[in-house]
Amino acid sequence: MTTTTTPTRLHGDVNVGDTLPELAYPVTATTVVLGALAARDWRPMHHDKDFAVNRNGTQDIFLNTPNQAAWFERFVTDWTGPYGRLQRMTFRMLGSVFPGDTMVFRGEVIDTGVDPAGCGWVAIDISLSVGDDAKTTCRARVALSVSSQDNPWKRKGDQWQP
Amino acid sequence: MSGIGVTDIEGLIGVEQYVEVGAFPVEQGYVWTTCSSVENGNPLFWDDQVAKEVTGGPIAPPSMVSVWFRPHHWAPGRTRVALPLQIHFDLKEGLGLPEAVMSDNTMIFHEPVRPGDILRTSQILRSVSAEKTTRLGNGRFWVIDVEYQNQRGELVAVESYTGFGYSRAGSDAADVAPTAGQKTGAGQ
Repeated sequence: MTTTTTPTRLHGDVNVGDTLPELAYPVTATTVVLGALAARDWRPMHHDKDFAVNRNGTQDIFLNTPNQAAWFERFVTDWTGPYGRLQRMTFRMLGSVFPGDTMVFRGEVIDTGVDPAGCGWVAIDISLSVGDDAKTTCRARVALSVSSQDNPWKRKGDQWQP
Repeated sequence: MSGIGVTDIEGLIGVEQYVEVGAFPVEQGYVWTTCSSVENGNPLFWDDQVAKEVTGGPIAPPSMVSVWFRPHHWAPGRTRVALPLQIHFDLKEGLGLPEAVMSDNTMIFHEPVRPGDILRTSQILRSVSAEKTTRLGNGRFWVIDVEYQNQRGELVAVESYTGFGYSRAGSDAADVAPTAGQKTGAGQ
C-alpha cells in the first residue's frame, strides 16, 4: 500500500499552552433538529419548541449531548488532521445551547506525553461558550503521530492504551 | 423493567446487565448525516482513499458510538417506550427519586467502529452514593458504564455516566426538567 497522506500535526510540534483555532457557529433550529436526528435522539425537547417551553421550562429547543460530542470531535480533529485519533472525552454540561445562540469553541493543550507503548498523546481542555457563559466543558485526549511514519490508527491491543 | 432498591445495590455493582445487540448495522448514511450536522470535513469520513490509507477502510466518528444503540422511535410489536440507559431508570424507580440529571459523561475509544459492524452493548452499575443534598434536592449519585463490543468481541468503547437522582421538596412531576441545561444528556 502506498500512503499518499501524511500526518499534518506531529506530537513533537505541540506544547502545553498551545491553543486551538477558535470555532464560532451560529445555531439555528435546523442545527438543533439536524443534530438530534443525526444522533437518533427523538426526544421532543430537541425538535418541539412547545414541549421544550411548556414541559421543560426552557426558552426553546436545545442542542443534545450526542451532537455536542460530535461538535467537540470535529473541533479537535480540525486541528489534528485525520491522523489524530481520539482516546477519550469527558463532558460536563453546565447550560443549554439554543437557536439564536452563537456557540464558540475554544481549546488549550494542558498536557502531553508518550505512553509506555510509545503512543504520543495530548490532553486538551475545551469550552463551548455562548457569550460569557460556558455551556459545556470537555477534556479530550487525542493520540498524535510521533513521527511522519507513525500512525496511531494502526495501534491495536496492548499498543493502544486510551 | 424493574426498580433497583437500596438492598439490591451491593449485589448489582459490577454486574453486566441489559446485554443488547444493535438493531441495525453501523450505517454509512448516518456517518455522513452526523458529519454534515457539525460540518465535519475530516477526509476519513468522506474520502475512501484516505480512509483506506489511514484507517484501513471507512470508519464512523468515534463520538457516534452511542448512536448505534438508540432505539427506533417505533418498532413492530413494541408495547412500551424503549429507554437507552435502563439502569438509570431502574435506579430512579427503585429508589423513589423522580428527578435526575446527568453531570458527567466520559467516552473512551478502543477499536474503530466501521460501517457494517453490528455492536453489542451492556450496562454495568459501578457505584451508588449515600444520600446527598445538593441545590437540586436530596438524592444519590450513581455511575453507570456502558460497554460496546463489535461482532468479533473486540471492545470498541466504554461510556461512563455520572447521574444524580433526587427528589425536590413538594414535587411530584417526574418528567419536568429542573433547569434548562441539565437534562440534555442521554437517558435522563
